[in-house]
Amino acid sequence: MKKIISFILLQIIAISAFAQRPESSVEMADLMRSNGKIYVVIAVLLTIFAALLLFLISQEMKLKRMEKKLNEHISNPK
Amino acid sequence: MTTNNWMRKWWWKVLAILLMLFTIVMGMMATVPALPILHETIRNLYYHVPMWFGMTLMLLFGMIYSIKYLRNGRMEDDIIAASFTKVGLLFGCCGITTGMIWAQSTWGVFWNNDPKENAAAVGLLLYFAYFVLRNSLDDLDKRARVSSVANIIFYITFIPIIFIVPRLTDSLHPGNGGNPGFNAYDLDSNMRMVFYPAVIGWTLLGTWITTIISRTDIINREYHFSMNNSSQQLDSKL
Repeated sequence: MKKIISFILLQIIAISAFAQRPESSVEMADLMRSNGKIYVVIAVLLTIFAALLLFLISQEMKLKRMEKKLNEHISNPK
Repeated sequence: MTTNNWMRKWWWKVLAILLMLFTIVMGMMATVPALPILHETIRNLYYHVPMWFGMTLMLLFGMIYSIKYLRNGRMEDDIIAASFTKVGLLFGCCGITTGMIWAQSTWGVFWNNDPKENAAAVGLLLYFAYFVLRNSLDDLDKRARVSSVANIIFYITFIPIIFIVPRLTDSLHPGNGGNPGFNAYDLDSNMRMVFYPAVIGWTLLGTWITTIISRTDIINREYHFSMNNSSQQLDSKL
């Protein structure tokens, strides 16, 4: 009798465990993706990155000019 | 001008830009595993973690250039070493700050006194000390020699502090203290495809910034030497 009851109990527990769906119910930002707002986030990030890039590239060009000037200054008689 | 030629090449800078664009766009768009507690913040893997990889690599290159300076005596090598260390420290500060932001949302507090967090903070303080030491010396040759030796010693100390010590004790961070590393999550699936390019992209970007800083400092130094024809310059501290 005890065995039967414990067996049924275990079965109920096992079946209720199956009741959890494999797709977890963890919330993700699917709403942001579905209404397209994620692209706003990406646009913001790209804008910041573009500003950084512009700075780096302008520094590169400035440096190239100054290095050339300095090389001429060093190699030519003063 | 004895600046290293690799610093002037453009191809790896274009590569840096492309990889960073990929990291930003795909980091936000690509599918990530839906994990409890983390939710979408798992995307921080592409931005927070590369800060630490970047820091370790930048400081390694700094140590390499310090060794180069001690072997060759070329002042440029010491300037480049200091620039790498500067950017490494910058990456480290960004890593700690973004880590605190992420910690607040994941674990409820900005700072846990978790071994990895504390070890990272100690590592940063070590390199702040490098710059204090560097700027305390006025004679440029002495500054270069002492900084180079200090840089080498600090890096050899830094690596065990941040890699070995956290693994010896309990820790909240993945990969330490008995927690499964991110490998146990889904890093072997989609996330790796964005994570590896992210690490390379951020490292290349840091290297590019380092070359800008180095070349500026070298020009400043050369300009002062050629203007004053003296070997001692006390004006520009690096």
